[in-house]
Amino acid sequence: MVAEVVPNAVPYEIVTRTDFSDVTYLLEVLEPDMAKAAHPGQFVMVMSHAEGERIPLTIADFDRERGTITLVVQAIGKTTREMQRDLIQGAHLYAMVGPMGIPSHIEGVKKVICVGGGLGVAPVYPQARAFKEAGAYVIGVIGFRNKDLVFWEDKFESVCDEFIICSDDGSVGIKGLVTEGIKIALEKHDDVDEVIAIGPPIMMRACSQFTQPYGVHTVVSLNPIMVDGTGMCGGCRVKVDGRTRFACVDGPDFDAHKVDFDDLMARLKRFREQEKQVLDRWEQGCRIPEAPTMSTPGA
Amino acid sequence: MAKKKTIRTIPQDRTPMQEQVPEIRARNFAEVSLGYELAAAVRESERCLMCPDEPCIRGCPVGINIPGFIAKIGEKDFHGAYDVLTDTTLLPAICGRVCPQETQCEGVCTVGESLESVAIGRLERFVGDMAIAEGWSAVPYIEPNELRVGIIGSGPSGMACAADMAKAGCKVTVFEAFQQPGGVLRYGIPEFRLPNEVVDAEIAKVARLGVTFRMNALVGRLFTIEQMLTDMGFDAVFVGTGAGTPVFMDIAGESLSGVVSANELLTRINLMQARDFPAHDTPLGLGKKVAVIGAGNTAMDALRVSLRLGADKVMCVYRRGHEEAPARAEELHHAEQEGIEFHWLTNPLAILDDGNGNVRGMLCQRMELGEPDKSGRRRPVPVEGSDFELECDTVVYAIGTNANPILGQTSSLALTDRGYIVANDSLATSIDGVFAGGDIVTGAATVIEAMGAGRTAAAAMKRYLGLRDSTLPYAPAERASSLFGLAPEQRNFVRVQVA
Ligand SMILES: Cc1cc2nc3c(=O)[nH]c(=O)nc-3n(C[C@H](O)[C@H](O)[C@H](O)COP(=O)(O)OP(=O)(O)OC[C@H]3O[C@@H](n4cnc5c(N)ncnc54)[C@H](O)[C@@H]3O)c2cc1C
Ligand SMILES: Cc1cc2nc3c(=O)[nH]c(=O)nc-3n(C[C@H](O)[C@H](O)[C@H](O)COP(=O)(O)OP(=O)(O)OC[C@H]3O[C@@H](n4cnc5c(N)ncnc54)[C@H](O)[C@@H]3O)c2cc1C
Ligand code: SF4
Ligand code: FES
Repeated sequence: MVAEVVPNAVPYEIVTRTDFSDVTYLLEVLEPDMAKAAHPGQFVMVMSHAEGERIPLTIADFDRERGTITLVVQAIGKTTREMQRDLIQGAHLYAMVGPMGIPSHIEGVKKVICVGGGLGVAPVYPQARAFKEAGAYVIGVIGFRNKDLVFWEDKFESVCDEFIICSDDGSVGIKGLVTEGIKIALEKHDDVDEVIAIGPPIMMRACSQFTQPYGVHTVVSLNPIMVDGTGMCGGCRVKVDGRTRFACVDGPDFDAHKVDFDDLMARLKRFREQEKQVLDRWEQGCRIPEAPTMSTPGA
Repeated sequence: MAKKKTIRTIPQDRTPMQEQVPEIRARNFAEVSLGYELAAAVRESERCLMCPDEPCIRGCPVGINIPGFIAKIGEKDFHGAYDVLTDTTLLPAICGRVCPQETQCEGVCTVGESLESVAIGRLERFVGDMAIAEGWSAVPYIEPNELRVGIIGSGPSGMACAADMAKAGCKVTVFEAFQQPGGVLRYGIPEFRLPNEVVDAEIAKVARLGVTFRMNALVGRLFTIEQMLTDMGFDAVFVGTGAGTPVFMDIAGESLSGVVSANELLTRINLMQARDFPAHDTPLGLGKKVAVIGAGNTAMDALRVSLRLGADKVMCVYRRGHEEAPARAEELHHAEQEGIEFHWLTNPLAILDDGNGNVRGMLCQRMELGEPDKSGRRRPVPVEGSDFELECDTVVYAIGTNANPILGQTSSLALTDRGYIVANDSLATSIDGVFAGGDIVTGAATVIEAMGAGRTAAAAMKRYLGLRDSTLPYAPAERASSLFGLAPEQRNFVRVQVA
């Protein structure tokens, strides 16, 4: 019934699909209106099919001429793995809403360190590029567990004046966490206006704790569990400076030194049991031989 | 001509409506109230005294011609009854179900002074349901003009404004942030009170007027209101974005797993179908002992949904008393029948941690009623030394909502200090050509008031666009084809009075 009411539903076609590793993939989605409106720091809510979950994904890139939005996704649970399987080039998303959230603050920053941890490299890229375009001196620090997981290093480096890559095992760049990279940058430059760090909560907390003694303004992009992404459910509430804020409409960028990371990490575990249940059920479904399965292209 | 009815000659008892029995319905999502059969509706219509002073019309926020449509039911002219209703309301099947009739039309009904009032809501629902079943919809003759109207939000206010502007010949597009239209009717009110098919059917009628719906469009972020008027070529815009941002209390323990807003719970269930988890992917995470804070409609819905999802014990915690509870009387009554435990005069102080980040219970305090406050309700005051622990594993907040901040963040619309949109009596905002109504102007209110606001704004919008107003009652195009000897083309959208 409702479908009949929505004759003009935008098809959200996947025009490019690239796999960076067997868990990380890129989707370039056609949505010209959103490409026009997107700013660094914003995100979208995606539903891959009508029975699916609405999940938030950061806008990793946007191309106004091509009319596309780029998402980089890590396959960790049912939804993101199912998307990995089904969303090949030419496939469609059921829904994509956005751009959501308050755009990152770019103006007036002269020297900035942009830090991306793992998948966080993708969402911090458009900010690094915007800082560069605004004339700032950009120091890029990106970190991965090992060499095989590295992606976008050339793309990222091209918008940086200085670029540091770190890996946990030393297989690429300097050995150590991104905080090692931040340390090098902060010791070399005493005039850094801002550090912006995006990645897993534990990495963002480490960055926040690390920069605090230096007194450098630090921004993190928070990733709590979201339902609507429009400020209507309060599921995404985070504690910042002792106050309850909704990450989807008041953020997702917040002053790192004021964020209660323990609260964030605890709330991310809310549905752990159900997430496991739905993933197990899905994996079982995938193992039934008759079920149409698609191997992951280019894994 | 039948002789004049008096309070003594009418059927004395209110005609009962079939309901699912409480023990069974408390475990399913099928509709609780089953509606009137034809004979029951006709009998109930006979209870209306056709009072010349028509108190019920004044009691209805949108002034539906209540005796008029009831008279048509009495004559078994049900299509006629539907026409009378749709002169004023767009959504009879919905309002008949969800209006707080006891404080509106039925509250002032003359019959109610000595007997139980006429069951106006049930009769309205009966006609609305019949229209859906029979496929009636009042599509007037529409002469298209070149004007384009953009509507933000597909709740009752947006749909009402959209329908009126489409009838006036404008090209109307509704922009909705969610993947499905309907606003609170879709994501808030659960299916056992308002089935999705009813919402779908009423929306389909709006679509049949030529209104285009664009889902997944978050206005403010995808484009701004100002851009709608400039780049996108809309001649006028209506904002009906509702007041959906949930309020928390800022007490200890609020971030624990197991503490949710009623909006989150209901959205997961209604919009995302989490009750079919894991067949649908969205999880719910509801426990076995659920405490809901608040006693409005939203609270009743959260309570009854929890019960249906298998909670063993469902408790309503409210700092005032039964008398002060703002929910519709029927919902409170149904909740009581279904076995909800009510903790009146109880105020939560803190939510208690089980040591693993989950809820173990709530620290509460007993209250007593003191002097009346500004709202006229007696103010609850704490009873010294009455603290106690209430055991529960889920806490649901249903203590109200605030204005959504997105349009404020992204437009130059004048807002009140609480973030609601400032609008004058004809619902014009501070931006020329932009009108607003419903919960985003008044704060959380009712479906019928939102619908009425959408129509008031449409009337003002028509004046602004130089279109003639269409608030006169009208007859459906085919039936009025020879009316006053005018061809339908000449009448355009104007509703014509049929004697
Ligand atoms: C603002 C924001 C931006 C994000 N950007 C990206 C991105 O660019 N790329 C990317 O791969 N991931 C991103 N995420 C995280 C992504 O949304 C989750 O990984 C995804 O929802 C997991 O779904 P799943 O069913 O595959 O996994 P699940 O098994 O359901 O969950 C795995 C973990 O993901 C988190 N999660 C689950 N459901 C949600 C939800 N509805 N909202 C948020 N987090 C959830 C929880 O911590 C959970 O433990 C972002 C999250 C937020 C809030
Ligand atoms: C659980 C619950 C139960 C209720 N029960 C009753 C009842 O029994 N009887 C009764 O009369 N009233 C009831 N109400 C109140 C009633 O539903 C509301 O007063 C009414 O729906 C308000 O209508 P509206 O058009 O103003 O907004 P809403 O119905 O809130 O619709 C607003 C729509 O706008 C969309 N939107 C918001 N921002 C944007 C944006 N930026 N861009 C695009 N779209 C946007 C939203 O997604 C939403 O769909 C209840 C409310 C709730 C929450
Ligand atoms: S719309 Fe509501 S108030 Fe008006 S007549 Fe119907 S039930 Fe009564
Ligand atoms: S995701 Fe629902 S309020 Fe932020």
